Amino acid sequence: MGDYILLVISCILVNNILLAQYLGNCPFLGTSKKMETAVGMAMAVVFVLVMAGVITWIADTFFLKRFGLEYLRTISFILVIAALVQFVEMFLKKSIPALYAGLGIFLPLITTNCAVMGVCLINIKEEYTFMQVIVSSFGYAVGFGLALILFAGVRERILLARVPKPLQDTSIALVTAGILSLTFYAFKGMV
Amino acid sequence: MTEAVLFMLLLGGVCGLVLSFASKIFYVYEDPRIAEVEGLLAGANCGGCGYAGCSAAAVAVVEGQAPPSVCVISGSETAALVAAVVGVDAGSAEPMRSYNTCQGGDRAVTKYHYMGINSCRALAALYGGMRECSVGCLGLGDCVRACAFDALKIGPDGYPVVDEAKCVGCGACEKVCPKNIMEIKTMSDKLLHLNQYDDRIAPCQQTCPAEIDIPKYISQIRNNDYEGAVKTIRERNPLLLSCGRVCPHPCEDLCRRGIEDEAVSINQLKRFVADYEMNSGKRIPISCALPTGKKVAVVGGGPAGLSCAYFLRRLGHEVTIFDAMPKLGGMIRYGIPEYRLPKEVLAWEIEGILNLGVKSRANVKLGRDFDMGSLVSAGYDAIFLGIGAWKDYSLKVEGEDLDGCFTGIDFLTRFAKNQQGDGGDSIKIGQKCAVIGGGNTAIDCVRTLVRLGAKEVTIVYRRTRNEMPANMVEIEAAEHEGVKFVFLAAPVRVIADDKGKAKQLEYLKMELGEPDASGRRRPVPIEGSETLLDVDMLVTAIGQGPDVSFKEDGKRMDDLGITRWNTIDSADPVALQTSIPYVFTAGDAATGASLVVEAIGGGRRAARSIHMFLSGKATTPPPKTLFKNHIPGSVFDAVDGIKQTPRVKMPELPVDERIKTFDEADLVISEDDALEESMRCLSCCLSCYNKDVADLPL
Repeated sequence: MGDYILLVISCILVNNILLAQYLGNCPFLGTSKKMETAVGMAMAVVFVLVMAGVITWIADTFFLKRFGLEYLRTISFILVIAALVQFVEMFLKKSIPALYAGLGIFLPLITTNCAVMGVCLINIKEEYTFMQVIVSSFGYAVGFGLALILFAGVRERILLARVPKPLQDTSIALVTAGILSLTFYAFKGMV
Repeated sequence: MTEAVLFMLLLGGVCGLVLSFASKIFYVYEDPRIAEVEGLLAGANCGGCGYAGCSAAAVAVVEGQAPPSVCVISGSETAALVAAVVGVDAGSAEPMRSYNTCQGGDRAVTKYHYMGINSCRALAALYGGMRECSVGCLGLGDCVRACAFDALKIGPDGYPVVDEAKCVGCGACEKVCPKNIMEIKTMSDKLLHLNQYDDRIAPCQQTCPAEIDIPKYISQIRNNDYEGAVKTIRERNPLLLSCGRVCPHPCEDLCRRGIEDEAVSINQLKRFVADYEMNSGKRIPISCALPTGKKVAVVGGGPAGLSCAYFLRRLGHEVTIFDAMPKLGGMIRYGIPEYRLPKEVLAWEIEGILNLGVKSRANVKLGRDFDMGSLVSAGYDAIFLGIGAWKDYSLKVEGEDLDGCFTGIDFLTRFAKNQQGDGGDSIKIGQKCAVIGGGNTAIDCVRTLVRLGAKEVTIVYRRTRNEMPANMVEIEAAEHEGVKFVFLAAPVRVIADDKGKAKQLEYLKMELGEPDASGRRRPVPIEGSETLLDVDMLVTAIGQGPDVSFKEDGKRMDDLGITRWNTIDSADPVALQTSIPYVFTAGDAATGASLVVEAIGGGRRAARSIHMFLSGKATTPPPKTLFKNHIPGSVFDAVDGIKQTPRVKMPELPVDERIKTFDEADLVISEDDALEESMRCLSCCLSCYNKDVADLPL
């Protein structure tokens, strides 16, 4: 049990996918202008990442490794994740329309999200067990959400500040992201 | 190598299979109209409409969340096609336009100095912005940046100005404005708007029973945009020529300049632009919404009926006016004498309303020639009752029906009918005439009698001059024209001579006692003070009420509620819907005898309710509807920075000339005077105003 807690802390804080591994930068900058959007995106990522982690782990363990086809990992993961997202979208539209409406345009966006792909590949690289995959995927996704929501909050406050013209908007956002990333560095060595 | 190819084929196959099955199982029925609408839209996915691409817009249209005119690129033709697919009435395919509702900009008092980023949204997050006015424009131009069509710019006064030619009504400015100043509306939305508690409106506009945007039209006059001023007035009042002449302008009582100086002569300015249009010889075009296919019968062609018909027609409905008199106009034709409102002017004004496509049937009376049953069977979807208040109250004293005794409305109407050749006998007037009453009808009677050559005309009123309900200008004009006033006199009886003709009026002298319910001091008779006044003609003008006798034998009338004041009952004075859901009322018929402008405002409110009723929506007014109240904090006790400048004098015919003819007594002000008067307006809004415009260059 203790291992799982450590794993969660490591995924959320120490190895935060956005601020320590620098994956998924496009949604990090793109969907962080408004708190509302950031929360929507965070929810969608949690949902998709756990499913993608599990499915890709199954595909890797039971097919790729068994037939010695590890070199097809990246290309087959792309296919699996894309199909999965499409499937989930259809499923939600039919069965849970409320959730579908809530996640809205963020679901298809995740198809091309490198954070998802990255987590799936990390899971394989670290040779996690099935349970560990679920926990780590969830942890990474929560870490993604945490960083995104924190960042959106900061950006909403930045609107009130006097920012020199050349640094306005994306530039100041990148500077802020850098400082946020530095603060997350403080967790290094915790686990 | 073979394994790799096989594996990828297999994986692709599995994914494809799973997705195909999922598509089958999780298929969600999608309205085929969505695809059809999407085919009609421009397909540019520009996002100008505010939806994520054309397919999202199509979904919104089919779900009724967006109007058929959602596409900002395609014109009204596409909108009509889309409307046909979706099956909504084409009326809602009117183009949307953006309007700025704050005219204040920079002049509101500053609360703090702001040094943050140049964005209204950021500024609004700090205590609502740096100005004391909590509802006003912050002027940092988020709307200007949001406009993809270059239709907005910050004007010289620091608030956004819309270029209506470029605006496509996409709503981007409305979405970004943190103060809800930019509003996207169709023409119909503007016509239907009632003053709200959270509107940015000056005290004069709050007071005007017709809710005319007074500061706006005065500023248009100041900028020589007379046509724009006429259009602004016509958004609320179709009878500007008549109102410009006869309105007692309650708006001027609340004018902020009036607190420190003389109030702006608002009504003179209205009359100036109205006369400007008439004298220019061409009518300013009035736009109407696309036809809705609904038919409305307007019973009564007076100010309320004309106003209601005008607004319903502009909202796209088919309107027919039914009137009992030979010509339209009601009380403003038959009650208001020629010298106050020339019939020629009135005819020109009514013609303008009929030109919109309003049909009219004269000489047909409700209850005699038709009833509600026949209107319903003729296919009218709603009925408006604006039958006015034509029944004179009687004095209930002995001898009041003697030869030589008349009642006010009856006298004025018979005279007006005869004067304009609508039939009826001429009235033989007396030499010593007395008119009983202190209202405008009484004054109209005495001034008419003066012009008809009566030697001695007296007003007998039971209170004093201060309590007279007539307009002060009218009282003064009557005094100038030589009318005698007997105040504090209560008629007791009319004494006949041996031929049964009125000879003397006996009255009791009165004194003022305690204030009554209306706040005026109640007159109390003095015992034994009977006095005689020699008369050979007596007119009783002590008030009038609606004639509701049509109810007695008409079909479908049983459910119509009548109040104890004999007016038609409407539960809500804003909704004006009677106890029969498809019947609406306004004007004197609903309120009892009141102002012309009140009837015009009522006509518009009723038109709004009828429009809502015909569109299947609730007629109840929005919860924040102001209706004759004032927004707290907008009525000041003192106004700083006003330089005293006298208001423009109204030109009038000299007294000895005007008492001989029925020519119009009050004349229109000159253009120079109008411009000068318009400079006196402080362009007030809710809490801010221009300190003194007169000092600014034109």
